[in-house]
Order: sequence, then structure tokens, then C-alpha cells
Amino acid sequence: MSDKELLVTKINYGTVIDHIPSGRALAVLRVLGINGSEGYRVALVMNVESKKMGRKDIVKISGRTVDEKESNLITLIAPNATINIIKDYEVVKKMKMKVPSVIRGILKCPNPSCITNNDPEAFTKFVSISENPLRIKCDYCETTITEAEVIKQVL
Amino acid sequence: MPKHVISSLDLSKEEIELIFDEADRYEKLNRTSKELEGKVVALAFFEPSTRTRNSFDSAVQRMGGRTIGFSSSEGTSVEKGETIADTVRMLESYSDLIVIRHKLDGAAKFASEISKVPIINAGDGKHEHPTQALIDLYTVRKVKGYIDSLNFCVLGDLKYGRAVNSLLRLLTKFKPGKIFLVSPQQLRIRTEVKDTLNFPVIETDSLQDVIDMADVLYVTRIQKERFADEIEFEKVKESYKVDISTVNSMRKDSMILHPLPRVNEIDRRVDKLPQAKYFYQASLGVQVRMGVIHQVIGDSR
Repeated sequence: MSDKELLVTKINYGTVIDHIPSGRALAVLRVLGINGSEGYRVALVMNVESKKMGRKDIVKISGRTVDEKESNLITLIAPNATINIIKDYEVVKKMKMKVPSVIRGILKCPNPSCITNNDPEAFTKFVSISENPLRIKCDYCETTITEAEVIKQVL
Repeated sequence: MPKHVISSLDLSKEEIELIFDEADRYEKLNRTSKELEGKVVALAFFEPSTRTRNSFDSAVQRMGGRTIGFSSSEGTSVEKGETIADTVRMLESYSDLIVIRHKLDGAAKFASEISKVPIINAGDGKHEHPTQALIDLYTVRKVKGYIDSLNFCVLGDLKYGRAVNSLLRLLTKFKPGKIFLVSPQQLRIRTEVKDTLNFPVIETDSLQDVIDMADVLYVTRIQKERFADEIEFEKVKESYKVDISTVNSMRKDSMILHPLPRVNEIDRRVDKLPQAKYFYQASLGVQVRMGVIHQVIGDSR
């Protein structure tokens, strides 16, 4: 994308998350725990043309970087996203992403009889069993969930 | 870190053989020992149980230990809203080992993450019941002398049956022959359990097709509440009933096991046949659980 075509301006310091499957930008923000009340300037572009993907979403967050743990969580809903950390208008770091081996919190076990849905101290813990297609397993009751279920929960 | 027994998958082949050898040894000693003298075992049965609770209780006492605990949530502080976590924290300070039975899936694993003393899973929801599986395979070993190469036919509710899950997973530590899983379509084994097995399974809804190949027929109860339609339940119940004619199609040297309680999935007239080994199986519960307790907190001689 040349500067002329930019829908939003470049950011000085922060994070640009590109190649998000179209329609999932809000879910990415949710995974990062950003709901707008934090005060970050956030630019969100949805359903723009992409050579690779047809349509895609982009998220730019000014004033906040994402760490490795967060970028791994993003793979759950946007496996091919690219995450660039920006300082002084330049990309200083491209985050390498892989599906996290353990996911704590965030997701809910769909099994109503799972201990994690019935004890205030039992927090969810999922372990990854397959990256592509995505399948993760509740560490307590072993219920497996797929990408579709993860997206349904995060969206 | 304490040694817990949550899933059959937690046990190595070596540990399983050790438990079986210990069970043999306890039998020779008339199921008595003094190795738990001065020790207290908590039996935390949040869900009612007759066999499992009593055989654990008996096992501990026969080893010279004492038991504390409760046999249902009723009348305990759990009923007043105490969480599992808090109950476990209390029991771990009163005891050297906690045996837990709970209706929720994953409860035993959760307890093991809180407890400083070992946890033995005595059944958690539809998840696992590993000590039952140890009794099942120990029975096979007692009757046949070996487990490898035998054909197993598992019948009934394979979707919600925790004993079945634990049995199949315990079999992954051995080299069984063919494994037939016989159930109505809606009660087939869950994928997450099947995925943890290291042998192929043959799934069918017809017992007649496979019964003559079984060395071990493992029967489980099909519960009415799993069916939306009562007529459907009655039909299924009849087609999976083990009666004299079923046994007539079985190999002469085969055996029938059942984790009990039995309702009417095995005709009472079968009880007298040589293949019926389910009461013998239940009678081995104490010595196997002694073996498990020994493995977890017993003295190393």
C-alpha cells in the first residue's frame, strides 16, 4: 500500500496488525483487552482489498505495543496476521507468532459440566493439540474446541 | 510434587504392573498390612457411591490407616456453598491422601492443582475412573494370566461412561488384540477420548456381529436419561441385553465384566455361567485399591 492510499495516517509509536481475516478486527481488539476506555488512539479498517486475502482488516494502535503472549493469542483468531511494532514511524520489530501451547482465561469451556464452569477458583486452561486446523483441548475435562468455536466466543 | 492418579494415562506400564503385583501380594497376606499405621486418608465423595467408597475405606483400614470424609455433599459445608478448592484445602491439612469422587468433569485434576497431598480420582463426571479400570484389567490378568493380544468388546454407553474411558486408556499401555466398541449411534465414544488411543477401534451398533470374537465382553449400563424418546430407549435396551443366547455365541474361554451396579443389561440367569466374572471382578476391588494406595503413599520396602 503506498502512502497515498492510506486510509489512516502512519503512527509514531505503537502496533500495526495487518492481514486480519475480514470482519475479525474487533475480535483482535477484544483479545488484547482494548475496549476504547483505555484512551489509546485506535484505527480500525475493515474489509479493505488485499492481494493475498481478497478482503482483510487492519488494526493500528497508537501508544501501545503487544508482547509475545498477546501476539500468540491473536493467532487463535487471525492465524496469518502480521504484527509490526512501530517506533518513530518505523517498523522496529515483526512479532513471530505461533499458536500458544497453553491458553489461560479468555476462553470458556463449552462443556457445562466442566469444573471450570462451576467453581469460582477454577480458571480455564486450554492446551493446543493442532495448529492447522486449530484445535485446542480443555486441560480439565478434555473437551476440544475448534477455530469456529474460538471465534464465536471472542467475537 | 505429590503423585496423583487422575487419569489412566498418568500411569506407566511399569506402575500398572507394580500395582497388580502388589494386589497379588496383598491377597496372599489376606489383605492385611500395617504400612498406613498413623496415616489418615480422606474420602471426599461429593457424589454418592457404594462400591468405590466402601472398597477404598476397606483398603485403607486393611492397611492399618484410618479414614475421614463424607459420602455425599448433603449435610457438609459444600451444601452451604463451600467450593471444591476450599474443601480440598481443609482436607489436605487433615489427611495424607485424598480420594475424590465428583459429578463435575475435571474436578479431580482441579483438586490435584490445589492439594499438597496426593489425589486419587475415584470418578469425575463423565471423564475418568482410573482405579475401576485397574480392577478391570487386573481381573483379566487374574483370569487369563495375560492382557496382550486379547480381543475386547465394550458394550453400552460409551459416550458418558467414565469407566469405559479409563479402561480404553489403560489398554493403551498394553498390546490388546481387536477392540470392538458396540453402542447405539448416539452413545458412541467421544472423539477426544478416541484421539488418545494408540490402537484402532471397530465401532458398530451390532453386538451379534462381533460377539463371537470377544475374549472380554465389558458391559456398561445405558441410562434412560440419555434418551429424549422413551420408546427409543426401550428398543436400545433390549438389543443390548446380554442373556443366555448372547453367551452361547461367545467363546467358551471368554469372560463378561461389568463395573456394576448392574440393572438389567445382564440377565440374572447369566450369573451362574462360567463366563460371568463381574462379581469376581468386584471382589478384587479392595486389593487393587490397596495396590494403588501403596503406589501413592505406601512405604517403599
